[in-house]
Amino acid sequence: MSSRDLVFASIRRALGVTGAEEPRRKAVADRLRDHPRGVIPKRGQLGAEERIALLLAKIEAVSGTTQRIASLDDLPAAVGDYLRAHNLPLALKRGADPVLAAAPWEREPALTVTIGATAGDDLVAISHADGAAAETGTLVLLSGPDNPTTLNFLPDNHIVVVAADTVQGDYESVLAALRDRFGPDGLPRAINLVTGPSRSADIEQTLILGAHGPRRLHVILVDRQASLNGV
Amino acid sequence: MTHHTTSPRFKDNTKAALVDPELQKALHFVETNFPQRRRNVADMLPEFDALRDSARDIKNHTLSFLDLYLETFEARAMARGSKVHFAVTADEANRIVTDICREHGAEVITKGKSMVGEETGLNAFLEANGFAPVETDLGEYIIQIRHELPSHIIMPAVHLRKAQIEADFRRVHKDLPKDRNLDEPAALLAEARATLRAKFLAADVGITGANFLVAETGSAVIVTNEGNGDLTATLPKVHIVLASIEKLVPTLDDMAQLMRVLARSATGQEMSVYTTVMTGPRRPDDPDGPLEHHIVIVDNGRTAMLAGKFRDMLRCIRCGACLNHCPVYHAIGGHAYGWVYPGPMGAVLTPSLIGIDKAGHLPNASSFCGRCEEVCPVRIPLPRLMRFWREREFERRLSPTVQRTGMKLWAFFAKRPRLYRLATWPAMQVLAWFGRKQGRFRSLPFATGWTKHRDLPAPQGKTFQEQWRERSRS
Ligand code: SF4
Repeated sequence: MSSRDLVFASIRRALGVTGAEEPRRKAVADRLRDHPRGVIPKRGQLGAEERIALLLAKIEAVSGTTQRIASLDDLPAAVGDYLRAHNLPLALKRGADPVLAAAPWEREPALTVTIGATAGDDLVAISHADGAAAETGTLVLLSGPDNPTTLNFLPDNHIVVVAADTVQGDYESVLAALRDRFGPDGLPRAINLVTGPSRSADIEQTLILGAHGPRRLHVILVDRQASLNGV
Repeated sequence: MTHHTTSPRFKDNTKAALVDPELQKALHFVETNFPQRRRNVADMLPEFDALRDSARDIKNHTLSFLDLYLETFEARAMARGSKVHFAVTADEANRIVTDICREHGAEVITKGKSMVGEETGLNAFLEANGFAPVETDLGEYIIQIRHELPSHIIMPAVHLRKAQIEADFRRVHKDLPKDRNLDEPAALLAEARATLRAKFLAADVGITGANFLVAETGSAVIVTNEGNGDLTATLPKVHIVLASIEKLVPTLDDMAQLMRVLARSATGQEMSVYTTVMTGPRRPDDPDGPLEHHIVIVDNGRTAMLAGKFRDMLRCIRCGACLNHCPVYHAIGGHAYGWVYPGPMGAVLTPSLIGIDKAGHLPNASSFCGRCEEVCPVRIPLPRLMRFWREREFERRLSPTVQRTGMKLWAFFAKRPRLYRLATWPAMQVLAWFGRKQGRFRSLPFATGWTKHRDLPAPQGKTFQEQWRERSRS
């Protein structure tokens, strides 16, 4: 018997089942198909404006910084100001994301924007989050050429752009949107749920930001849908 | 090659811990910080207790359909390109991982924190086979360079004070200037970050655990605060996930329920910094991510727990709340428990995994105050399970020879201890010798009534009388 078969045989022996029982198979198939929701906190069940306010407040509560801009047209200046305020070089790495590509970067001529994944030699990266869950200030980032996963973890400073109309109240709404879009068997390789900058409290429980991932997380919420959808 | 255990010396370990001043100071932090932090975030979420019920129900449901969810998980993970392996024992899990490393000629291996990896003694096994895995979670890295076991399941180095860690860094990071300033914890972190960054970038194989396996999508989910798990999973050509069978959850919605109670119970955060749902290897047009994705599913004693009184323990999501709230843990720390799982959860789990003969003292390490059960996010009745073990251990100690031989003859000898010793000692030595080769006896000439229905555990060491004499001497 292979180890696989041994494990299944021991589970079935322990449960006193054969694995062929129809009612059991149906119970499992039903749950996988219906994916019932459990308890959903009320705190995220808000109108759009309050939901955004909750998201930004929760991000700040975990040592992220936030900023709100009217449209994508304001993105280059917002990024430039942020880099100057933190004495960072005016250089930025991004993926091929169409929303990020649509920003008028030429309006910030001193800023160098390069495209691709990072090998660890970029100080600052910018990503476009697919969405966010307001309940805990959690950003949702998807792997792929648009927003390479390495950009979320290797640079010291991570700037994340979120569109106002992708802010959901709770995790279940975020996950349902992903399931609708990709199907249960089409998820991207990585879904990164990011809540604040990297941290460790392993030394005498002193909380220190910037353990292995970014030391700073700056979230730029973009209000006007038109600019984002117009690409 | 599971970790060497000092659980049988629990009483001595405890005495030593109680008079270790550095340890006592370190433990004071646990007692003062964590219960309050958990309380704060629990109070902020009115649905917290309802979520705990939901988490318990999800785990119970999954366990009673475990074969079918595991089947679904395997099929869907494979469909997304992951390679799924099964390991019955710790050794088998270690061998599977080592073979993958060998196949890829791995020179640098990074590791994210994995309690299953601690349980199977993976690092020691890899080292014995010529590999040099590097732990990347800061706490795990610290205990790795000290050659210690974790003293807590989520804060492995919680027993140490800053000065001890500084001394270790100076001892191990020999290339760095001797006069560098490491006074602040931030300086220590920066040094570890720089040292480990080089490893992340050079790694050929990355090994992590998993907090959840999602049957619906065939995904493995890891939760960290540092980001080390993601760097371990993303940068090398090969990512290996090591996960025990009870990590399964049916759907993404079920995962969301458990996520809400995990960080709150563990560190008193509302959410850990990084929760990553990983499905399969790099896609054709992805610019990063591993080219190969392996998932090693480990039993190592869990299916035996599924059958009996300890099934409840398989709901455990390894949050550490029961340690953080345990007056015994506050007094003695994690190392006294002698193996990788300390505190109330360890007192229940360790005897199940390494045997009550080695871990029989642990279930006594309880004041039965009930705080562990009060805070457990999946409502495991830890005091009751400890009591089960106590009773079992009591019976075992009281009448081990009755169970081992099951003979009327025993009564005759038992009333004549000297004679009994002389008569049984050689037999026990022989039985022990045979048994150690096989582990169990399928049948014994004098005890078929007993062995007809179950295997008889072979004597694994000294007889009860021998132990008793030694104990009364000391
Ligand atoms: S037994 Fe409960 S409280 Fe203890 S680690 Fe497991 S889930 Fe957490």
